[in-house]
Amino acid sequence: MNEFLHVLTDNWDIIGSHFLTTIELFLIAAVGSLVLGTLLTAMRVSPVPALRGFGTSYVLLLRNCPLTLVFALLVFAVPKLDVSIDYFPGACIALIAYTSAFVCEALRSGINTVPVGQAEAARALGMNFTQVLSNVVLPQAFRTVVPPMISVFNAMLKNTTIAAGFSVAEAGAIQAYLSERSENQIYVLLWIAIGFLILVVPLVTLQRMLERRWRVAR
Amino acid sequence: MTNVLYDLPGPKARLRNRILGVVTVLGIVALVAFIIMRFNETGQFDSIKWQQFEYQAIQNQLLDGYLTTLRAAGAAAVLALVFGAVLAVGRLSDHAAFRAPATLFVELFRAIPLLILIFFAYYGPIQLGYQVGPFWPLVIGLTLYNGAVLAEIFRAGILAVAKGQSEAAYALGMRKTQVMWSILLPQAVRAMLPAIVSQVVVLLKDTALGFIIQLPELLYVGKQIGGRLPFGLPYVPSYLVVAAIYITTCGLLSWFAFWLQKRLVGGKRQKTTAKPVPLTADTGAAGGTLV
Amino acid sequence: MRITRIAAFAAVATLSLGLAACGKEGTPTPETPAGQSGAPAAQGDACTSSGTSFTPATGVDIAGSPTFAKIKTAGKVVIGVKFDQPNLGYKDASGKRCGFDIEIAQLIASKLGIDPAKIEYKEVASANRETAIKGGEVDYYVGTYSITDKRKADVSFAGPYFIAAQDLLVRKDDTSITGSDSLKGKKVCSATGSTPIQRVRDQKLTEDSNIVEFKTYSECVSQLIDKKVDAVTTDDAILKGYAAQNPSLLKVVGKPFTDPTTGKPYPEKYGIGLPHDDKALRDFVNAALEKAESDGTWQKIYDGTLGKSGSAGTAPALEKY
Repeated sequence: MNEFLHVLTDNWDIIGSHFLTTIELFLIAAVGSLVLGTLLTAMRVSPVPALRGFGTSYVLLLRNCPLTLVFALLVFAVPKLDVSIDYFPGACIALIAYTSAFVCEALRSGINTVPVGQAEAARALGMNFTQVLSNVVLPQAFRTVVPPMISVFNAMLKNTTIAAGFSVAEAGAIQAYLSERSENQIYVLLWIAIGFLILVVPLVTLQRMLERRWRVAR
Repeated sequence: MTNVLYDLPGPKARLRNRILGVVTVLGIVALVAFIIMRFNETGQFDSIKWQQFEYQAIQNQLLDGYLTTLRAAGAAAVLALVFGAVLAVGRLSDHAAFRAPATLFVELFRAIPLLILIFFAYYGPIQLGYQVGPFWPLVIGLTLYNGAVLAEIFRAGILAVAKGQSEAAYALGMRKTQVMWSILLPQAVRAMLPAIVSQVVVLLKDTALGFIIQLPELLYVGKQIGGRLPFGLPYVPSYLVVAAIYITTCGLLSWFAFWLQKRLVGGKRQKTTAKPVPLTADTGAAGGTLV
Repeated sequence: MRITRIAAFAAVATLSLGLAACGKEGTPTPETPAGQSGAPAAQGDACTSSGTSFTPATGVDIAGSPTFAKIKTAGKVVIGVKFDQPNLGYKDASGKRCGFDIEIAQLIASKLGIDPAKIEYKEVASANRETAIKGGEVDYYVGTYSITDKRKADVSFAGPYFIAAQDLLVRKDDTSITGSDSLKGKKVCSATGSTPIQRVRDQKLTEDSNIVEFKTYSECVSQLIDKKVDAVTTDDAILKGYAAQNPSLLKVVGKPFTDPTTGKPYPEKYGIGLPHDDKALRDFVNAALEKAESDGTWQKIYDGTLGKSGSAGTAPALEKY
């Protein structure tokens, strides 16, 4: 037990700072993918065929491509375009690009559950686009959207570990560092697991809270 | 063609849409041209970078990597489905002795990143003195994580089956286990099929994490091919080829799921709103039906 | 609709089969880029051995070695190696392995009575070396494995069979980096968590934000060529191999990192990683290495592999324990 605790205290400089980077990566990617995901949804259902085609192919490509490859292409292919991106922003962009495809699908399924008649009635009453969206469509869509959205962000939190293979000093790199310092591998992994359990708790609590508030009696 | 977000376009909106369409197409063409030009300038299309792919030795390596990926994904998918079903039934059990550990497992394995689970499965047995290769730790890690996620999907599906089904089953005198396995689970699987197959697609993509424990799967082989300095470090061509293989395979899987769902469930679920009554005189003729 | 779908499938299948049949036999050999006047010709990808023949010894028996018993019953030996270090542990595009570490491994195998053709190679990354040896996944490990006291708690070492130093790999036209003291403001790359990069970090040789880490050195070299990092740091033996493969683009600085307390370079002692408790095997391997160093085999292997990177080498004294 003593050795177990020592693994944490001796290496707090690595473990603490790396987890902090994970949290930063997660928050930036969460906001970014929400924005991009909403944009993609708007494109996918828009009446402009070109936008619809772009949105659909984007989601198709990125949903079927492993995240590791998206990272690899961003880190190795983008410099070949003579565009220079640093590693942390590159990791954020890769995560945002990948997760937004899933956010788009979740939003789209949410919007599809709102009956068209609701929107048509709202428009017939003279509401403009923003009013229809904020007063009628989104409140109803949210109820269906929340569980898949939280699980998408849950998955993204864990996907941040992939950034460790691409020069971002976050939680996934802890194992390689501490193995070089010859620490007991199992203890190291246990501490990383505990760290992620702690990080996941806010997400799960949020999900439970929202589900309870918006539970629909069927 | 109204939908929830956009109304039918009037004349001004039609013009706006047309302009937007043209601008989008021009933008996409410009982006693709930019990428191809820049790749050309930095020599990504030089023959030396693609030279390795012409040779059978490399092609065989790629094929072996691909088969390893498929084997790992297949094994993990089967195990995850079984594990998920057991966990879901456990979570819905009436006995707390089953419910508590099942809930604990699901929450635990959903919270821990797949990478860490794979490390546990790899380093754990070795610490205890058992020798394992890289294949089974990957499969075990994938099974634990995706099993937990599938358990939640199964549970949502079981809870979504119409209450009348289970009530009728109980009325006929069936016991809980029979109801669960004969009545509820099959219908749940049918309803949740898209979610289940999309999770299997995620599983297939996650086999790419095997490269961290040196499993010679597709991405690992791609990295090796790309890392050869004498060939100009062809990371970009190698990754593009590997990406094409992954996207095609996962795309085929997703399409298969879509086809399967259409055959089993018969298209979209029943609408909850009434179909519009046609305004012409021949109501009820071959055409609209009143739901 | 079904017919068109079936037709599409058939087309894709035949196309892929046709492409597969188009594969050329043999090893891809890259056209070596025309060397600049005065610069050495680039070394290609194809593996060439040093020409030393390894005839398996007969009647070998090591009393009290569980690892040897395992090797004998299996009839083959499993060796952990690296695959991306030119002239040290390298796998070329046709799958052949060559390099100094590989040939030392073959030497030991032949001394153990195993035909080098019967060796099973396992590629194990740096972070997993102790785990692979402890778990029995490999019988021994030969791959730029530095002997350190901390590692001796988990595994045992025979050797050292080579002593390297930490150095820097930079672009050929970069004259601003002349050693470990000129790294401030420059981006430095190495393998994730490896000792060289931890040394750079601990001694604050460059800013924390300029430290770049990837899983393999080839990725670091790729970033170096793309001008995204300014230097790659690890053992000079590894770096010289990369420079030899592309001398028109890369060069090794040639000024090893020195320990400020002793004034001497930090020694990276390469040893053969063996199971921790197997003293009998350790003594046997040490004896085999000693013989190879004295009868010229070591030198022949070195000149034919690492020596090609352009530096002379001498056999180091063994540290037996």
